[in-house]
Parts: sequence; C-alpha cells; structure tokens
Amino acid sequence: MSEPILSVSGLTAHYGDFQALFGVDVALEQGEVVAIIGANGAGKTTLMRAITGIARVSAGRVRLDGRDITGTPAPDILMAGIAMVPEGRRLFPSLSVEENLLIGAHARRIQGHWNLESVYRLFPVLRERRDHPGTALSGGQQQMVAIGRALMSNPRVLLCDELSLGLAPVVIREIYAAFPEIRASGASIVVIEQDVSQALKVADYVHCMMEGRITLSGRPAELSRDAIHDAYFGATH
Amino acid sequence: MFSLDTIVQGLLLGGLYALFAAGLSLVFGIMRLVNLAHGDLIVLGAYLILGLGTVTGMNPFVAALIAMPLMFGLGWLLQTRLLNRVLGEDILPPLLVTFGLSVVIQNGLLAAFTADSRKLAAGPVESASVAIGPVHMGVMPVLTLATAVAVILGLNLLFYRTALGRAFRATSDDAVTAQLMGIRPQRIFAMATGIALVVAAIAALYLGTRANFDPSIGPARLLYAFEAVIIGGLGSLWGTLAGGVVIGLAQTMGAAVNPEWQILAGHVAFVLILMVRPRGLFPRAID
Ligand SMILES: Nc1ncnc2c1ncn2[C@@H]1O[C@H](COP(=O)(O)OP(=O)(O)OP(=O)(O)O)[C@@H](O)[C@H]1O
Ligand SMILES: [Mg+2]
Repeated sequence: MSEPILSVSGLTAHYGDFQALFGVDVALEQGEVVAIIGANGAGKTTLMRAITGIARVSAGRVRLDGRDITGTPAPDILMAGIAMVPEGRRLFPSLSVEENLLIGAHARRIQGHWNLESVYRLFPVLRERRDHPGTALSGGQQQMVAIGRALMSNPRVLLCDELSLGLAPVVIREIYAAFPEIRASGASIVVIEQDVSQALKVADYVHCMMEGRITLSGRPAELSRDAIHDAYFGATH
Repeated sequence: MFSLDTIVQGLLLGGLYALFAAGLSLVFGIMRLVNLAHGDLIVLGAYLILGLGTVTGMNPFVAALIAMPLMFGLGWLLQTRLLNRVLGEDILPPLLVTFGLSVVIQNGLLAAFTADSRKLAAGPVESASVAIGPVHMGVMPVLTLATAVAVILGLNLLFYRTALGRAFRATSDDAVTAQLMGIRPQRIFAMATGIALVVAAIAALYLGTRANFDPSIGPARLLYAFEAVIIGGLGSLWGTLAGGVVIGLAQTMGAAVNPEWQILAGHVAFVLILMVRPRGLFPRAID
C-alpha cells in the first residue's frame, strides 16, 4: 500500500491533568474518506484539534505525506494543506458570507478546483446570500459556508467535525451530497460523525472512539451493528 | 446662546481629539487592548517630529512624514516584543504593562528633553485663516479636522474593503478559528499597533503645532481620547470621530460660558451621554 497522505500514530493529548487521548492511530489514504464515530466526550474533536495544531500533542506523531508536522503551529498546518470545518461551524460574525469564504483563501492561495465560483456552484444558495452576515443564515447554510471556507484553501486533507450537528435529516443529506465533488477535487477527507449510518454510508474506512482510544476499525461492510454498538458504548457482555 | 463661531471652533477641536482617539479605537477594536500609554506615545511622536526638525531643519509636516514609518516600526516592535507576550484571557496584565510603559516613556522623555515645554513651528500657516461667511477659521484647525475625517475614512476602507481588514475583523471575532485560516494573530496585532502609531504620529503633528507640549501631558490626551472612544461606542471608528467632536464641542461651549469650565464641560458631556446611551452613540452590533 502507498504511503498514507495523513497518518497519526500513538497520539496522546491532555487538558491540564486530564488525559483526553491515549495513543490514537489513524491513517488516511490519498483520495479516501475516513469516518471517526464515537459518543460525546470520546475525544474526536480533541484529535482534530491536535492534528491542526490548536491542541498540544503530549506524545505521538502526525505526518502529512510522510513529513512530520507534530507540534507545528495551526497557521502552518493550514499552509501545508490541512483545512478544517470546525465543530459548531464557527463562522466569523463580522464577515459576510462571501467574506467568510474569501478568508478561507487568505493565506493559502493556490490555483485549484476551488474558488468563489466553484463553491457557489456547489452550494448555489450561498450566492444568493453572499452579502448577508454569515451568522444570519440557517444552520444548514452556515455549515455550507464553513465547508466552502475550508475548501477555498484547496486543501489536500479536509477535516470535518460533526457536519450533521443540529441539522434536520434532509439538510444533512444535502450537505453530504457535496462529498462526491469534494473527493473528485482531490481532497482526502476525515469526517467526525455521531450519525453512524451517515458515517457508514460516506466512508471508506471507519474508526470508532471511546474514552480517548480507538476501539474498533474497519471498512463499513466488515463492521457489524453489534460490534459498533459495543465499541461505541463499551462492551456489555 | 452659543455663537456660530464657538460651535465651529468646537467642531475643529473635535478633529484633534478624534485623531488622539483613532489609534486607541483601532487597537481596542482588534485585540481588546486598552493601551494606557497611547497619550504618551503621541507625545513621543511629537518629540520625534521635533527632533527630526531640529536635526535636519525640515518643516514639521515633512518631519511627520518621516516619523510615520518610524512610529509604525516602533508599534510593530512594541507589539511583538512586549504586548503579544501579555495578551490573553486576563485583561489585567496588558493594562499594567501599558501603564508601566506610560511611566517609562514620560521619564525617558524627561531625561532626554527636560520638562521645558516645546512647540512645533509650522511657519506662516499657523496664523493663516480662512473666512467662510461670517466665520473665521484658522487653517490649522481646519486641516486638523479634515485630516481626522480622512484618517477615519482611510481606516474604514482598510477595515471593510481590504484583505488585511478582513483578517483584522476575523481575528477580532475569533483568533483561534482565524489561525485555521492560516492567519497569524500576533502578526495581525503587530500590524494593528503599527498602524495605530502611524495615526499617533499624525495626531502628534497637530498636537505639537497647536499648543505647547512637555513630557507629562500624555495622560490627559489619553483621557480625552478614551472619552471619545467610549462616547462613540467601542470599536466603531465613525463613532470615535463623533465622540471627538462631542468632547471638542462641549469644551469650547463650556469655555464660552466660563473659561474655567472648558475641561469640566468635556467630562460632563461624557457622563451625560453615557447616562442616556450606556454603550455609546454607535455601538457595534456584536461584542
Ligand atoms: N478545553 C477543554 N478543557 C478540558 N477538558 C476538555 C476540553 N475540551 C474537551 N475536554 C474533555 O476532553 C474529552 C474529549 O472531548 P472532545 O471534545 O474531544 O470529545 P468529542 O468526542 O469531540 O465529543 P462531542 O461528540 O461531544 O463533540 C471530554 O471528556 C471533554 O470533557
Ligand atoms: Mg466534538
């Protein structure tokens, strides 16, 4: 197998004395979608924050294309080609929809599939609302802005933290309908999901996390409902 | 009750106060930092213009043009070497540091230039005046107000029409998420303080040509600037201009009634406006 584009090995992270990650291993192959599922507080967001340089890594390695990027400051991680759609979207309230998109390409300006025009084609509703404040939009539209903003840097790796959070099923489907084009643009993707069936549908490979550890990994077809249930909530037998 | 002349003089004085306040407003708007040394940095700028003029013999207006990039550099250094290290969740450390900086600047200026009062000599333009209808206005005050409007306009264009301004606003909203966009907040802050000190150099030019200055007058200028920012509404640049004009008007009107009331009238106007509008005239929608 070729070198994974993103690989995390033995990753450990703390909040003060509290240990949130215990030696997590995850690999993302070029062009693949990996889903990470797990209950509230499992450590999924912490893993994303550690990869993007926002949370400090206590031990372990993060590699992008084989290059060690552990402990690199967040702006440099973006420049290296990892963009994130953060949990809760986190649009900039003082910026319009269009400015929120443009700021995604503020630092990493490279020619690629993604620009204002192609993001508006992906999510046409954003074009109509381009001059509104980002935070005046519905939850689903805000999520589209957050995804578009991350895409504007033409990332090699896109990290999505709970896209479905607080959204109606029809809106979630609309959001995930964008994935084929995002994959086709050459980005490899990690999605965090609480919606297990959505994760199984979209992913090539799934990891289940519980209490800071990966408890189950495999291709969606290989994972039984029971095994996922145990990995999610802890084995009951 | 008040002559048209008094009102015009008040408006023009307001321009000077708006210039004092613009840099303060900019820095507060971007990094929620209240720079207690802002008045002293303006006075430092005035001495810099004075020194450049003394050494080279050039006119203060030309000296100010040279002082502007120097002050930008000073602001950049100040932010990267000192203020970035103390900015954080707790607002007290940066306040204390800028307070200490204020004392250091005053004493440094005292040691270098003594307590004698100085003035920037701009030449014949100082006594020139223009008459519009019945009102005679000094060219310098008119220039001061025009500059203040131009500075506020320029800062607004920078803020709302450029990529740098977008990054300023994004960083001010959410510095962590801004880093996910590849923005380096500490550089953004250094840029902001640099620009604030360029404006301080402009304020210094008009401060120094209008009246005498000495190393101790910074804190009083800070107070007027502070009042202008608060009256205008925190973070609003046009509000800061309006706030400066309110203080200027109140002072000249107070002085027209009784010359001893000039300063007091400005402070009273400040308190009155805050009683009616606690968040200032033009508060930002989100904060
Ligand atoms: N800033 C923080 N300070 C202290 N503890 C934190 C902090 N953020 C998260 N934690 C703790 O770390 C653990 C992992 O949290 P994390 O947010 O990574 O979980 P998650 O899997 O993303 O959960 P969710 O599905 O609710 O988003 C939790 O126990 C949480 O309480
Ligand atoms: Mg989370």
